[in-house]
Amino acid sequence: MSDLYRELILDHYKNPRNQGELDPRDAYAQGTNPLCGDDVAISVNFEGDAISEIRFHGRGCAISQASASILTELVEGRDVNDVAALDKGELLEELGAPLAKNPARLKCALLGLGVLKLALHRARDTPLPEEWEGFAER
Amino acid sequence: MSSTATAKTLDVARLKADFPVFEERFHGHDLAYLDSANSSQKPRQVIEALHEFYEHSYANVHRAVYELGERSTAGYEGAREKVRKLLGAASTREIVFTRNATEALNLVAHAWGLNELGPGDVVVSTVLEHHSNFVPWQYVAKRTGAEFAVIPADDQGELDLDALGQLERRGRVRLVAVGMISNSIGTINPVQTIAEWARERDALTVVDAAQAAPHRHIDVESLGADFVAFTGHKMLGPSGIGVLWGRAERLLAMEPFNLGGEMIRSVAIEETTWNELPHKFEAGTPPIAQAFGLGEAIDYLDALGLDSIEAHEHDLTAYAMEQLAASEGVTVLGPPAERRGSIVSFVLDCAHPHDVAQILDTEGVAVRAGHHCTQPAMDHFGTPATTRASFYLYNTRADIDRLIDGLATVRKTFA
Repeated sequence: MSDLYRELILDHYKNPRNQGELDPRDAYAQGTNPLCGDDVAISVNFEGDAISEIRFHGRGCAISQASASILTELVEGRDVNDVAALDKGELLEELGAPLAKNPARLKCALLGLGVLKLALHRARDTPLPEEWEGFAER
Repeated sequence: MSSTATAKTLDVARLKADFPVFEERFHGHDLAYLDSANSSQKPRQVIEALHEFYEHSYANVHRAVYELGERSTAGYEGAREKVRKLLGAASTREIVFTRNATEALNLVAHAWGLNELGPGDVVVSTVLEHHSNFVPWQYVAKRTGAEFAVIPADDQGELDLDALGQLERRGRVRLVAVGMISNSIGTINPVQTIAEWARERDALTVVDAAQAAPHRHIDVESLGADFVAFTGHKMLGPSGIGVLWGRAERLLAMEPFNLGGEMIRSVAIEETTWNELPHKFEAGTPPIAQAFGLGEAIDYLDALGLDSIEAHEHDLTAYAMEQLAASEGVTVLGPPAERRGSIVSFVLDCAHPHDVAQILDTEGVAVRAGHHCTQPAMDHFGTPATTRASFYLYNTRADIDRLIDGLATVRKTFA
């Protein structure tokens, strides 16, 4: 059996946390993984410079959806600029899945993080990861 | 071509030994390779011939006057003759080597489409097409002001030809782009009927045969189309070599595609004239060894007989559909086995196709997951992705049994 499908990932996939959409919201973005068509949308509210509320929804594989769910728990309450600079290694460590040798699935795992950074960029002009350049406009 | 009335039964155990990849184990298992619609594995005969070609016969083609250059040109042009025979084409002038099927289709879209289309014209593709026979036509239509129209499909993923009448009312139909076999669903499309319909309207037919050429006889004369594109890597050949067959009269009337060396007759500051067919469409150093390797692959297929290969694959496809239908939570998309190529696409109720493919990989079963470069077809079926198993000459019923067992493991994880 694959090491990828650890209990944590299956748990978040079957019981996603912070699922849904905020309305009204301070920041929003949606993004697709062109490889497989997975998509994730993230909406965020701020209190000062902190992420006070975050919701995600989307459709796709267990890795992309569980990773987005885990991400929301990881960043809730944190400073916008810290999150915009969040290293992907921190999320991957949280996921705990052996993705290093699997670039295709790495894209799935990082979809939510990219979409979140895109949302923050649009709302707060934080730096955009280079793979999301060209998507800055709504 | 080895067209015999009754196809010989393939000796799969014996031919499988020709493919070195099957000697390797993956995650502790023998390889059940069910992804040949994506790309095929290569037999030793092709691998060794390529090796030998590079060691003893390689130089640039069509320009070297020394012995080595003659050998290389003979290998490259010899492959063109093998392709001509495979397709039943009138002349090697009609066989253009490209990088892959995508480039062959883009050649027609750019050299013909951008120059010939305009407002009032209609370019027709189908909802089942691979993006490579869809996006270029959508693009050239947009660039030229022509209309882009799509033949829809029914619930079984079979083209609805009744819709052609409606498409026709949108303007003057100039070209129909259709795949012989759908790469994502497996449907065998009625290409001959469509080509006849197009011809009656003076429209061209461009056929994507990427999923057909490796598996069955294609006779371009009886097909009635104007262009046929396919690729070498799906039929035991190397990657980097594709084929465009075009009727000589069409190719002659067309503008060139890539410009540069080899495709010219003479170049002066005032004007350049184009080389004869097919070289007019082969600018630059071509994929020399790759073409040679495709020729060797055709020899290999020919020796076994495409009829025998097709019969073997049909048996596997029918068996796979039967086994999948009996599996819990599986829905197979597309028509019955009688009307499909050796491709079976399905969805599992409890898991995303990528997760299915990932878990199958740990069992040594290689399948494709995703939209298969056919997003309009996925939209038609209301799913973003499927898991696809595809079969070729080296597959056996045991490979399919392992797929079915693997799906049970997926259910255990996700259900």
